[in-house]
Amino acid sequence: MNYEPPRGSPIADARAPALAAQGGCKGAIRIANVVKIYGSEGAGVRAVDDCTFHVPAGKITVVVGPSGCGKTTLLNAIAGFHSITSGTIHLDDALLCGPGRPKADPGPDRIVVFQNGALFPWKTIVENVAFGPIVQGRLSRKAAFEKARMMLAETGLHNLETNYPGEISSGMRRRVEIARALMNDPKVLLLDEPYRALDSLTKSVMHEALLETFDRNRVTIFFITHDLEEAIFLGHHVVIMTTRPCRPKKILTVDIPHPRDYSVLTAKRFREYLDETVEAVHEEALKAFAAGERER
Amino acid sequence: MQGAVGFAERAGHILLSARFWRGTLATAVFLLVWEAVARAGLVRVPAPSSALVTFNDLMRDPSFWFSWYLSTRRVFAGFLAAMLVGIPLGLGMAVSRILYGIVFPVFEVLRPIPPLAWVPAAIIFWPTQELSIMFVTFLGAFYTVVINVIDGAQTIDLRYYQAARSMGSSSWDIFRRIILPGTVPSIVVGATVGIGIAWAVVVAAEMISGGGSVGSMGGASGGGLGFFIWNSYVGGSYNQIVVGMISIGIAGYISSALLRKLGELVTPWLHEQ
Ligand SMILES: Nc1ncnc2c1ncn2[C@@H]1O[C@H](COP(=O)(O)OP(=O)(O)OP(=O)(O)O)[C@@H](O)[C@H]1O
Ligand SMILES: [Mg+2]
Repeated sequence: MNYEPPRGSPIADARAPALAAQGGCKGAIRIANVVKIYGSEGAGVRAVDDCTFHVPAGKITVVVGPSGCGKTTLLNAIAGFHSITSGTIHLDDALLCGPGRPKADPGPDRIVVFQNGALFPWKTIVENVAFGPIVQGRLSRKAAFEKARMMLAETGLHNLETNYPGEISSGMRRRVEIARALMNDPKVLLLDEPYRALDSLTKSVMHEALLETFDRNRVTIFFITHDLEEAIFLGHHVVIMTTRPCRPKKILTVDIPHPRDYSVLTAKRFREYLDETVEAVHEEALKAFAAGERER
Repeated sequence: MQGAVGFAERAGHILLSARFWRGTLATAVFLLVWEAVARAGLVRVPAPSSALVTFNDLMRDPSFWFSWYLSTRRVFAGFLAAMLVGIPLGLGMAVSRILYGIVFPVFEVLRPIPPLAWVPAAIIFWPTQELSIMFVTFLGAFYTVVINVIDGAQTIDLRYYQAARSMGSSSWDIFRRIILPGTVPSIVVGATVGIGIAWAVVVAAEMISGGGSVGSMGGASGGGLGFFIWNSYVGGSYNQIVVGMISIGIAGYISSALLRKLGELVTPWLHEQ
């Protein structure tokens, strides 16, 4: 396999097998030399350029970077919503996309939770959560509903079963959506700024709920955000992207043991990680701003 | 659904609401002004009070109700046919680029032709006059239904498709569980607008095509509220003209209200408790 470790990255190739071997976790993503150009090769927008990094199995990897740098593009390529121009993406040992196979097949092993949410408005909460196993034919309708109710009860959402998504708060919707994702027993959860629209109070509740879910399921999480505190609070690893075209600028390993709670936020080490991230991100943000000025 | 208590409660709410009273007041003022203008002899339109007297007489005239029946039947026949043909066609055009490419140009050429321009052709083409009126009514509702279905299906958010796909939906699942329910709100809008157009068209078609035997219950063709108005005009009965017009207004209102109610039943997610 032609996977090369990112230069100077703490997630070196040598560590990858060790991480994957831990407790038989599945769902490691290897992104190698991925390029994505929108439009025609010559005139198109180069959104992702020679991007290489590793999302270890059973860990939370958070991706941060300036607005419009290409984070969503990368996530969509992993999910199989669009093709890549070159490079390879592997999930465990299977090739998702690469030469001769520009677009991955979307599948229940990689479920996306969208920024604006994608609960089906015409289905009740419990119908939404039961959706995956039903269309996959994995469970009967009855069994799927039973499992959905259990899943909702586990996350403290059982009283919302018969509501429609439009009737509950956006924070609740996000939690339901994660429950819906987990119903598919995915290897990887792909979260694209899921909490962006939430107020900070709701956000902190969401974070604790997500970490709790993570501790219970040990699913690999690929999490995109703009919120650096959120990134460090949640992530085992924080991948800081350069401005467009997007590639890792710096990969930070957050050495604070899980399960974490909000007291971490005031810890000295947390502040240090934050400062380090802020500095790197700020540099890129300035570059992005300058580039934007030039384009004008 | 909620039974008598719920209904009484809701009726109570309506009676107490400012909106209801504003509406009632506006209607009353409108009728009063009309009455005054008519009595003063400023216009040759009959006063509401005399129309009311005529209405009272007509209430006991079965042929008047038969006109209602005929028009209603034509509207619903044409409207249902428009839904039955328009919904599958619109959905098909929304999901199949090939079908869209074939049908859309034809559709766009035919659409600007007002349904009433079809009346002569329809009378020649269809074996009975009844069928030709129904056909013209069908056309009136058809375009609106199709346009709304296509638009509704095409504006479903991409995220829903992506979510459904990534959870392992087949194309059939996507159609059945995403496209179909996602289009229902637009179908309801198309239907509500479409039935209004159907009423407008049926009345005009009845006037143009003539009635033959308006008075006779067994008349195989003609009649209807449109012909009733036309016949009243020819016979010089201005009060009946007004009664006929108001009848159409009421019939159209009831049809739209009915469809709105039905629409609420099929889109429960848009009507939070
Ligand atoms: N379908 C598309 N066609 C052309 N260009 C696109 C398309 N989608 C995204 N882009 C461009 O690619 C770049 C990266 O977009 P992307 O959405 O991946 O950024 P992002 O990092 O997720 O941004 P944000 O933080 O604002 O969500 C942007 O400049 C955007 O304008
Ligand atoms: Mg994005």
